[in-house]
Amino acid sequence: MICIKGGTVLDGRGRVLPGTDVYIEDCIVKIGGTLDADEIIDAAGQYILPGLVDMHCHLREPGYEYKEDIESGTRAAAAGGFTSVACMPNTDPTLDSAASIRYVRERAESVGHVRVYPIGAVTMGQKGETLTQMHELAGAGAVALSDDGHPVPSAGIMRRAMEYASHTGLLIISHCEEMSLVSGGQMHEGDMSTVLGLRGIPAAAEGTMVAREILLAEELGLRVHIAHVSTAGSIELIRHAKERGVAVTCETCPHYFSADHTWVEGYDARTKVNPPLRTAEDVEAVKEGLSDGTIDVIATDHAPHHRDEKEIEYELALNGISGFETAFALGLTHLVHTGVLSLEQLVEKMAADPAQILGLDAGYLKEGGPADLIIADIEREWTVDAEAFFSKGKNTPFDGKTLTGRVLHTFVGGRTAHMLEGKI
Amino acid sequence: MIGQKDLLGLQGMGPAKMTQILDAADSMRRILDQNQKKVPHLQGKTIVTLFYENSTRTRLSFELAAKYMSANAANISASSSSVAKGETLIDTGRTIQMMGTDVVVMRHPMAGAPHLLAQHVDAAVINAGDGMHEHPTQALLDMFTIRQKTGSLDGLKVAIIGDITHSRVARSNIWGMQAMGASVRLCGPATLMPVEIERTGAIVCRRVEEAMEGADVIMGLRLQKERQQGGLIPSLREYATVYGINTERMRLAKKDVIVMHPGPINRGVEMTSDVADQAESVIEEQVKNGVAVRMALLYLLTRRRESHDLH
Repeated sequence: MICIKGGTVLDGRGRVLPGTDVYIEDCIVKIGGTLDADEIIDAAGQYILPGLVDMHCHLREPGYEYKEDIESGTRAAAAGGFTSVACMPNTDPTLDSAASIRYVRERAESVGHVRVYPIGAVTMGQKGETLTQMHELAGAGAVALSDDGHPVPSAGIMRRAMEYASHTGLLIISHCEEMSLVSGGQMHEGDMSTVLGLRGIPAAAEGTMVAREILLAEELGLRVHIAHVSTAGSIELIRHAKERGVAVTCETCPHYFSADHTWVEGYDARTKVNPPLRTAEDVEAVKEGLSDGTIDVIATDHAPHHRDEKEIEYELALNGISGFETAFALGLTHLVHTGVLSLEQLVEKMAADPAQILGLDAGYLKEGGPADLIIADIEREWTVDAEAFFSKGKNTPFDGKTLTGRVLHTFVGGRTAHMLEGKI
Repeated sequence: MIGQKDLLGLQGMGPAKMTQILDAADSMRRILDQNQKKVPHLQGKTIVTLFYENSTRTRLSFELAAKYMSANAANISASSSSVAKGETLIDTGRTIQMMGTDVVVMRHPMAGAPHLLAQHVDAAVINAGDGMHEHPTQALLDMFTIRQKTGSLDGLKVAIIGDITHSRVARSNIWGMQAMGASVRLCGPATLMPVEIERTGAIVCRRVEEAMEGADVIMGLRLQKERQQGGLIPSLREYATVYGINTERMRLAKKDVIVMHPGPINRGVEMTSDVADQAESVIEEQVKNGVAVRMALLYLLTRRRESHDLH
């Protein structure tokens, strides 16, 4: 038995317990009190938090192991404080069959450092045409359905997908992008795209499809989750829908509250991501949405790429940011230390809330529950060094930035999945 | 001598530096008007033009500029399709570098490509047009030509008419001319006007008459035929009627207005033939000015390197 000693425990369900010892085996044996332990880990002055839950990441396996694989991706996740991650199906082959879902789960069981929950595709090959065998995907262990990376272009097909999925209990996660408005766009459409001469992606490319999904969910009385919300307009639509009682939830990603489209100046393709970095006003709207509860979840959209896919012309570079290893620190730096969210709220949006939306029994600490937890120093300053990432993807615009707050130790099922080198 | 390694764009370049370039171009222009055109300024230097888009005029202009100044000049043509499949730009740049190149002049269909190249080579990089971003040497030669006729750009009213969205010439001229004290008015269909272009300081006019009223300089931009296929304008005919520069509208401008066009002109679309003839007469002058401006830039950028090497 391990005793994590003297930290401030946030149980993820509203309880704050200062100076508390936590005893763990593969489960949490006891929170508080005194027991005999084989090993003592000093956490005085640190926080003991539920392991983070990422409901949106790309592990790239099968098919793109040169970008990332389940082993390297989950190692990076552990370093970022995540103990459960849900990975998107845009692999090769697409996760649109029971066999491919099982492959990811089995692979994760043998080489994974954290718990991996595959998300199945909504349509075969993510082509937006034929629905996948959703019951089979559910049976094989898919925790949600999404064509992430691609929108489902037809409203009619999305309607049928929502209806059909409702009997499987699986949530549909929608990547909202009206492609006729994207029209070859490379970055947010605004004064920066005009000056840089890059084709713009208007905010309405996201908002029109967010509106569509809300109307469908409302009319059908079904739920839907909106992936990576990035614009003030989308947030406003979701806010109103929630007020009307529509069963819509949504996530944003750290880069949408930590960076804006001015970062594209200089054409560094590490700033290229989809949806694109938006305006300073959008960043403020994201913060407001997080603060007033419109945005339920912070997900990473961890999207590792090979450097050959980023150190090229902006227009040729692929979209995506390697996000596991900076997500929590960006949340602390830009949300908690600036007073947008309390630490409890940040942890809820990165653990309990995504777990609840996916129906996972995770994201909180309780006696008898799995020992998935982290020790974090929320005041520690450090400088991001992408070359030191555990992820194969070094593609981050935050390389070289100084952030405040770091995960020191990650336990999954009571076993150390990550320990920061030289942490003491 | 102009204190920078590369010339990637005119955005942010101050009027002092631009004046320095234009003044140097004045001297070069005098050389071009002599019978003996060869000067030794760039003896021992190597200039490579690397063009990923077709161009005759700009490329020849650079090549002649280099040769008149006794530099070695070599040309590399890469097709646009090789951008996506062939060697990476960084690798190409390094190869050119290893061959002892002092200046790389690059044209590329993608915005920001010269910036990428410039970060990875020690050679000076001159942007000869990158996507919809900038075409600084074209704007400098436009400004040089105007200055030749008016003495100064300060206080001039410039109207740029047409497809602003896709025009790197327009963007460079907006930055350059405004820095030199001119005011710039823009007009074109809303589908060809980039969002928030007002943030550059330029004034957007809905009606072409409004833009041309009292103008000292009118610049027409080429309307690519594929803009109609792309659904950005309904027809060339309507475009010509509503936004075309014709003799009647020319009466709104100053009497001695300078008509410019980066060429080639679609006669009867962005300009009627009568107006195009006026523009053509300026274009002839600009060909010579273009060589002078490029000589000045090659000289200033390589001089900078030399003084850097000495210290």
